[in-house]
Amino acid sequence: MIINHPILGPRDAAEFTYLGDASLLNRPDWQAKDAAEQFYEYLYLRDNVAGVHRELWYHEQGDRSWLLVTRNTLTHEISKVELASDVARAGGNSK
Amino acid sequence: MRFSGFKVIKEALMGHKGWGPQWRNPEPKPHYDIIIIGGGGHGLATAYYLAKEFGQKNIAVLEKGWIGGGNVGRNTTIIRSNYLLDGNEPFYEFSLKLWEGLEQDFNYNAMVSQRGILNLVHSDGQRDAFIRRGNGMILNGADAEYLTAEQIRAECPFLNFDDARFPIKGGLAQRRGGTVRHDAVAWGYARGADQHGVDIIQNCEVTGLRIENGVCKGVETSRGFIGANKVGSCVAGSSSRIMAHANIRLPIESHVLQAFVSEGLKPVIPGVITFGAGHFYVSQSDKGGLVFGGDLDGYNTYAQRGNLPTVEDVCESGMAIMPMIGRARLLRMWGGVMDMSMDGSPIIDKTHIDGLYFNGGWCYGGFKATPASGWCYAHLLAKDEPHEVATAYRLDRFQRGHLIDEKGMGAQPNLH
Ligand SMILES: Cc1cc2nc3c(=O)[nH]c(=O)nc-3n(C[C@H](O)[C@H](O)[C@H](O)COP(=O)(O)OP(=O)(O)OC[C@H]3O[C@@H](n4cnc5c(N)ncnc54)[C@H](O)[C@@H]3O)c2cc1C
Repeated sequence: MIINHPILGPRDAAEFTYLGDASLLNRPDWQAKDAAEQFYEYLYLRDNVAGVHRELWYHEQGDRSWLLVTRNTLTHEISKVELASDVARAGGNSK
Repeated sequence: MRFSGFKVIKEALMGHKGWGPQWRNPEPKPHYDIIIIGGGGHGLATAYYLAKEFGQKNIAVLEKGWIGGGNVGRNTTIIRSNYLLDGNEPFYEFSLKLWEGLEQDFNYNAMVSQRGILNLVHSDGQRDAFIRRGNGMILNGADAEYLTAEQIRAECPFLNFDDARFPIKGGLAQRRGGTVRHDAVAWGYARGADQHGVDIIQNCEVTGLRIENGVCKGVETSRGFIGANKVGSCVAGSSSRIMAHANIRLPIESHVLQAFVSEGLKPVIPGVITFGAGHFYVSQSDKGGLVFGGDLDGYNTYAQRGNLPTVEDVCESGMAIMPMIGRARLLRMWGGVMDMSMDGSPIIDKTHIDGLYFNGGWCYGGFKATPASGWCYAHLLAKDEPHEVATAYRLDRFQRGHLIDEKGMGAQPNLH
């Protein structure tokens, strides 16, 4: 698979390490009343979709940026690649 | 029909005209007592033991394709019971004991071959960890034996003992481990289940679960609705897709694992050998092909095929430990979709929906578990309580903090 890095252009997926579902960007509020329940779901449960999947890849052997890749888990086709930091900031995270 | 030496000789003399189909091809009935979704090794074993050991009648196995087309027919066929943790080891030892009697039990030649498994050790720390694991195995009634480098040299002179980075310092052997002909496991259980009256319905995809007031009433399929008192999901890599019909999110990710077979060679490898410094395992089939594999590709996927970087990685690991493998040509390779769980261990449990049961999360070690998984799932489905060796495999263990993490990797499925 080739990941089209927003800054570096097309890169071999072998340069990256894979973390998992991009919902990991949305860490729950540790002060919420049901924080334990929320953290259980955040840490352990996954939608594990067959189809379009948003996921986090780390460019370990490159510029060490985190990317948010939109990829189809049935065909391996990549339709979108964003910097994870851009997505996180747009979602209201500070970093 | 029973297989026997007498029958083989008789058929040889009669022109082999007396062999019939090994199982029926029935139309689905409108209602069953128990429906198993998924005609892989685990689903067929479950149906077989439900009928044979737990006295259940009126059972169906629904398979979307043909039986044996999933992981049961795609794996590298290794069986063993060399686990460390108490939640796992008694279960896998129970499974190995069932393998030992399986062919007599279901009267089918599954080519169970206890040719032994050897896990190589390359550092002092790894030696300590493996000896500890061996002790854990012995405490649970399994066999384990630590071999020195000299002992291994006598048995496997072809290994790369003096590699500068990963010298072989010893290894943990389990002599009762080995290999089994994987397709024959599916066929043997299917035939046995069929003989006990189980309906095996192929080309019947489950497309939904009918749940009313918190009770599962049956399944929607590509061949219409089929009612059931109890429904057991047993679909390996497709677990999340089935359970999504009940709005249940699982602690599972689906990943692809690849397997490789070389051209046929004369016997060169005595048993199963695993590399301790990379991920690589190899054995030789009775046809002569070297059967080997390594790591997952590492990303979520439902495509039953992998990518080339993993092929390269597996072949490099093979060359590192067994340079002679470079002389063999690769004949075939393929992939299967694994249900990788968050702690690397499986789940056999009821769900919060009455009549809906779940079996999954076998990662890439579920073939060896086939007999015990079937037996324990049948126990749960028949009696509504877990078998004693499967009590740790609860669905809620992640919430309660009772993980069974053999490798100590945490909630990162692609590392288990
Ligand atoms: C390359 C590879 C190597 C492996 N090596 C080993 C090994 O050496 N040792 C070991 O112990 N384990 C190994 N495994 C793991 C082992 O094969 C699996 O854990 C095990 O086979 C899973 O259980 P199963 O046999 O029931 O799965 P499967 O055979 O996959 O059965 C699941 C069935 O469910 C069916 N299904 C899915 N969705 C539906 C639906 N909606 N409706 C109806 N049916 C459906 C599928 O078609 C399939 O037939 C390996 C796996 C792979 C892929």
